[in-house]
Amino acid sequence: MPLRIPQIRSQFPILKRKVNGKSLTYVDNAATTQKPKAVLDKLEQYYIKINANVHRGIHTLSEEASAAYEGARETLARYIGATPQELIYTRNATDSINIVARLLESRLGKRDEILVTQMEHHSNLVPWQQLAKRTGATLKILPITDEGRWDMSELPRLLTSSTKIVAVNHCSNVLGTINPVSTIARAAHQVGALVVVDGAQAAAHIPINMRVLDCDFYAMSAHKMYGPTGIGALFGKKEILEILEPVSFGGDMIKSVSSFDAEWNDLPWKFEPGTPAIAEAIGWGAAVEWLKKNDIDQIERYERDLTKQLLNAFTELPDITVYGPATTSNRVGVVSFTMEGVHPHDIATILDREGVAIRSGNHCAMPLMVRLGVPATARVSLAVYNTKSEIATILKALKKAWTIFHPKVMVSVPESRRNLWQKNSTNH
Amino acid sequence: MDDLYKEEILDHYWNPHNAGFLENATASAHEHNVTCGDKIRMDFIVDGDTVVDVRFQGEGCAISQASASMLTDKLKDLSIKQAQQMSDDDILQMLGITISPARMKCATLGLETMKKALCSPKN
Repeated sequence: MPLRIPQIRSQFPILKRKVNGKSLTYVDNAATTQKPKAVLDKLEQYYIKINANVHRGIHTLSEEASAAYEGARETLARYIGATPQELIYTRNATDSINIVARLLESRLGKRDEILVTQMEHHSNLVPWQQLAKRTGATLKILPITDEGRWDMSELPRLLTSSTKIVAVNHCSNVLGTINPVSTIARAAHQVGALVVVDGAQAAAHIPINMRVLDCDFYAMSAHKMYGPTGIGALFGKKEILEILEPVSFGGDMIKSVSSFDAEWNDLPWKFEPGTPAIAEAIGWGAAVEWLKKNDIDQIERYERDLTKQLLNAFTELPDITVYGPATTSNRVGVVSFTMEGVHPHDIATILDREGVAIRSGNHCAMPLMVRLGVPATARVSLAVYNTKSEIATILKALKKAWTIFHPKVMVSVPESRRNLWQKNSTNH
Repeated sequence: MDDLYKEEILDHYWNPHNAGFLENATASAHEHNVTCGDKIRMDFIVDGDTVVDVRFQGEGCAISQASASMLTDKLKDLSIKQAQQMSDDDILQMLGITISPARMKCATLGLETMKKALCSPKN
């Protein structure tokens, strides 16, 4: 069944909101996505009908809650091509990555290396940076090309027999690049390194399959894929999770406990101490069902087409620099840009006054900003409920921003002021 | 919306008042908002208890630069005490516009720089 966007939009109540008297044009989806009614209803119904603590309590409510909770886990695991034992619930993708760093810490030493890339979000950089400091391992950085892709020609030099961990993002939250994860996984496995993937920006926009990617760990956040906040997941290959020791302890992650010893529970519960985010997991399951119903392949095609229109729209604007791949080949609808003479903050404020929600700043990727040669960018990020007419609205608002800062009659503007926001600016 | 980027703000942004450095500055400070790249540096000449002269250099968003520029106009002939007592509300009144909480950091960058300079041990 083809996508019917007006019908999809009608399922997102928040899209009817007015902002500063204007219709909401929400294009900050890389920060968080809005939620369809199916998810909202599921969250509410959980608390109204079946709320109870999970893990095999005997009474009816507990059984129903447990079934719903583990059912949601199975739904999510199958959706990403994994088994339920391989899917650990966490707080979010950042939490997932931090957990991996702690899980692997005891195996890392002074002679080891960790490889990350120049385009990582702080959540997939700082944990490794700090792990390297604690263990004495060496952190290495794979640079990116001017097009905004991994510079694979540098890989043979940087990936060595000492590399133990390769941590990369699947889709960039700044550049929109879809990265060749399975390619780097193959290379990493050849040198005996484990591959950890930050998948926060991927699952809402492209199909993902752990068996195809062949990564060892994959981090996800529910709220980036039409699910609720407060829950994430960590996929880990079964054979790896089986031999790793937990780093967080308490109820539910044990089979039995005596005063001085404990026996760990089976996967995945071995890594899930305490009462989980039950409602959120179930809400997330509803989000996954929603994605399945609307067909992620169709969603990907629609968003690719919209991204093409967005990139074209930018060509109509004077003095705009767009970062990341210039075409939609291996690119999602995350588009960062700067506009000459208008600071990203000012762009964002003017757009907000027109009801357009974008993000401006360093997008939690300061090293990437240094590489791009700017301290900050503005960013538009699309989701399946965005439309062609919204792109027209964004374009109109950007033209307004440009006009305000480039009035026809300019008082004598110093050169230093006029060239503030172009690429290769030294303002950092 | 046009009242946020009114002529006065843009004028200060493009033609900052008291722009430059002071060779014989008796007090100086710089502030840098790393999350967005806004930068302000202020040089002061202080004689006794009075701000005799002030200059600033900076780069960044219109709000941060215009605010700093307007602030330098206000600071001349103020006593150190008066300057140090300036508040975020004073900045908002000075700008004469409504600012969202997220942009307050931009608006007060100049104020932060000034306070850092005038509260330093040199004085």
